Amino acid sequence: MSPETYAQVSNLLIPTATVIYALAMVSHAMEWALGRAAVAKTAAVKEEVLVASDGATVSGGVGDVPDAPTVEEPASERLDAASRIGLLLTWLGFVLHLGGVVTRGLAAERVPWGNMYEFSITASLAVSIVYLIFVQRYKLQYLGLGVTFVVAAVLGLAALALYTPAGPLVPALHSYWLVIHVSAAAISGGAFTVGGLVSVLYLVKARAERRVLAGGTMSASLRRLPSAEAMDGTAYKVLAFAFPLWTFGVLVAGPIWAEHAWGRYWGWDPKEVWSLVTWVVYAAYLHARATAGWRGRRAATIAIVGWFVFIFNFVGVNLLVSGLHSYAGV
Amino acid sequence: MSEVKDRIAAASGPEEPSGPPALGLVGWLRWTWRQLTSMKTALVLLFLLALGAVPGSLVPQTPIDPIKVSDFLEAHKTLGPLYDKLGLFDVYKSAWFSAIYLLLFISLIGCVVPRLSVYLKGLRARPPKPPRNLNRLPGYQRFELSEAGDVLEVATRELRKRRFRVEAYDGAVGAERGYLREAGNLLFHFSLILALVGVAWGSLFGYRGSVLVVVGNGFSNSVAQYDDFTPGRAFSGDDDLPPFSLTVKDFEVKFQEDGPQKGAAREFKAQLDYQETPDAPEKSYELQVNHPLKLDGSSVYLLGHGYAPRVTVRDGQGNVAFSGPAPFLPQDSNFASFGVIKAPDARPETLGFEGFFLPTAFIGENGPVSMFPDDLNPALVMTGYYGRPQPETGKPESVYQLDKSKLTQFEQKNGDKWRLQLAPGQSAQLPDKAGSITFDGYSRWVKLQISHTPGTGLALAGISLAILGLMGSLFVHPRRTWVRVREEDGRTVVEVAGLDRGPERGLGDEIQAITTALKPASSSTQEQP
Ligand code: HEM
Repeated sequence: MSPETYAQVSNLLIPTATVIYALAMVSHAMEWALGRAAVAKTAAVKEEVLVASDGATVSGGVGDVPDAPTVEEPASERLDAASRIGLLLTWLGFVLHLGGVVTRGLAAERVPWGNMYEFSITASLAVSIVYLIFVQRYKLQYLGLGVTFVVAAVLGLAALALYTPAGPLVPALHSYWLVIHVSAAAISGGAFTVGGLVSVLYLVKARAERRVLAGGTMSASLRRLPSAEAMDGTAYKVLAFAFPLWTFGVLVAGPIWAEHAWGRYWGWDPKEVWSLVTWVVYAAYLHARATAGWRGRRAATIAIVGWFVFIFNFVGVNLLVSGLHSYAGV
Repeated sequence: MSEVKDRIAAASGPEEPSGPPALGLVGWLRWTWRQLTSMKTALVLLFLLALGAVPGSLVPQTPIDPIKVSDFLEAHKTLGPLYDKLGLFDVYKSAWFSAIYLLLFISLIGCVVPRLSVYLKGLRARPPKPPRNLNRLPGYQRFELSEAGDVLEVATRELRKRRFRVEAYDGAVGAERGYLREAGNLLFHFSLILALVGVAWGSLFGYRGSVLVVVGNGFSNSVAQYDDFTPGRAFSGDDDLPPFSLTVKDFEVKFQEDGPQKGAAREFKAQLDYQETPDAPEKSYELQVNHPLKLDGSSVYLLGHGYAPRVTVRDGQGNVAFSGPAPFLPQDSNFASFGVIKAPDARPETLGFEGFFLPTAFIGENGPVSMFPDDLNPALVMTGYYGRPQPETGKPESVYQLDKSKLTQFEQKNGDKWRLQLAPGQSAQLPDKAGSITFDGYSRWVKLQISHTPGTGLALAGISLAILGLMGSLFVHPRRTWVRVREEDGRTVVEVAGLDRGPERGLGDEIQAITTALKPASSSTQEQP
């Protein structure tokens, strides 16, 4: 196929993937809506939560409660079906999305991240990848709504507002270190996003659990979430996966590439500054988890701050601040 | 179980000390030191570092873009000087930013050195005795046997197979694994120190400079030859510069000729001849973006390029007052390049010119513009000035700016400003027989950056080791396991229990597997909780 044909295929696949993700999102939204409708007041739920938090105090954050949701209950079949359909559609969207990114690369005859449009479609692909890798292992089904929302929104925005026709790179962007640097950054960005979403839900769930302990109730959709303790562990695992990768991408591959391209390893360019800030915030997250009084809620907040910093680095810095990292034809 | 917690607390350095002591100077110093090296302080300092780095990305920085800084000072009469006082125009060298990272650095050393000795002592420690109530541990199984037999020996073998360190106790075995976690963590923090030393080394003893060289001309490495030069704090001068020299023989550039990114540079390369030392043989090199020339610790990079029109200026007496290439600086993506030509030696009056070189000239409604960065239709568009000869002041003057304070602009007969537009080879007469200007042709110039950053190897090694340590620290999971046999109401009960640090990672499965390995097929198992 010629580059033009690839470009056309890519331009067809990306919007289609966006629509499929949006449908997955609708499915997951229904899952939540169905769950919200049912409010539980069973004493059993309360008791189980008590056990969970007791278990946590016993082991003092050293041991852990198993991942299995503490508040298992006979959920309605429709609810489960909505969740499964959502995941299935996400897989379908992912396959199309992957195809769109690959054909884009073939069309441009290089790696598909030379400008904002391409980086958006590649970075959102990384979010899907990380989510789908971990969805079974860490039982992340509950994250479906968040993930499909983020991916569909980024893709939609890219297709509507950032679209740039495929073309070759400016010379400074030619280097295999670029490939290494950007893939590491994109995959860890995907993991930051997943970790951030889990942390948001952690905060919601932890609040709900505290309410239940105080005699309140919890909606069925929140009960379907794993225990706050388990989610805290999941966020940690995902971010622990991301942190070394980010360290490598930003503090090893990035400087090596910058040295090749611009003749200096580190120049306090806005993009470099914000990458370092991201790194420091996640280092703080890992420290916070090991510091008495900072576990749980505060650590989750730091994880969310880190995610925002990462997003700002990717979006805000490109659009608001000028620097060497500005892409050809934003 | 709290033993594990204690061990972790010990490994994490001193836990937060309570209020300041009423002791004398020594006590007070010790208290300060413990505060500084506590985990909470490290956390706070990390946040301060993140926060402190931000303004440098939002406020223009002198080392990156001094022109933007002066524009900012111009535009913000009250805010500007305040920013200046706070060091916001050079955040990463400001006293307060340095204070943050120095404190963090000290805190880091103060934190990890004691942890290292704790760790080394801990290496010889044996897995602990089983706690009294094994059934309160997160992983627990029990089953009954008719007689104890060799179950503890089987347990020891099974646990060793699972890479546990095993210790026998009376009626029980204790096992532990995952010692590498703390080792990884220490390696990470120590390597970070190594990396920081490498970075500091580079910024102290390194240098960076840039120079614009017209194709055909040469450069030899001495401070005076640079257009701008930034030495590190401990850099001592020309003696520290390797004595190489180079000549730019040729420069080639290709631009995208169609499509939406038309005009974007696709490839550029410069042919260099160079000598590493004055008596070394001459070699050649093709310099490209991403392919610097490495010479004795210094590297030569190709940063940019542009046009230098070659012009001959004759004065009113017919003498050549200026001849040669004058580098013009590109102003837009189509390389409309601004520059000046000065002929201070012209007589009876000095001459000066200012204007644009347009590689692909096009006369639009708003005057001449360049339509493409390559030289498809080159033209020189300038205006001229004259003035009385000035005595030499010796003051350095920018070659890219004309000081017009003592000059008068040439005018045409009708009072309009005089301007010229020349194609290569053409000449123009100046008004009032003041002389002539000839556009002989044009060369290209390249901007070279030459830099030397020692210590990068150290920094790279540090970061790489840090990542290695980090992986050990994040992916190794310490686990303790106990197997105990005891008599309960005349029956023999075997208990298997375990405890993890960090998030759950299949503790239950392993306890189950160990239990299965110990159990004769017939006995019954109970699981708790
Ligand atoms: C330059 C500043 C520092 C950075 C970038 C940094 C980074 C990190 C990172 C990424 C981890 C995670 C590894 C893990 O979880 O095992 C970690 C853990 C740790 N850091 Fe630091 N650190 C710094 C300074 C310090 C200081 C000053 C202390 C002393 C209080 C310290 C004490 C610790 C401890 C005790 C852990 C282990 C946490 C755990 O067991 O999970 N760090 N650090």
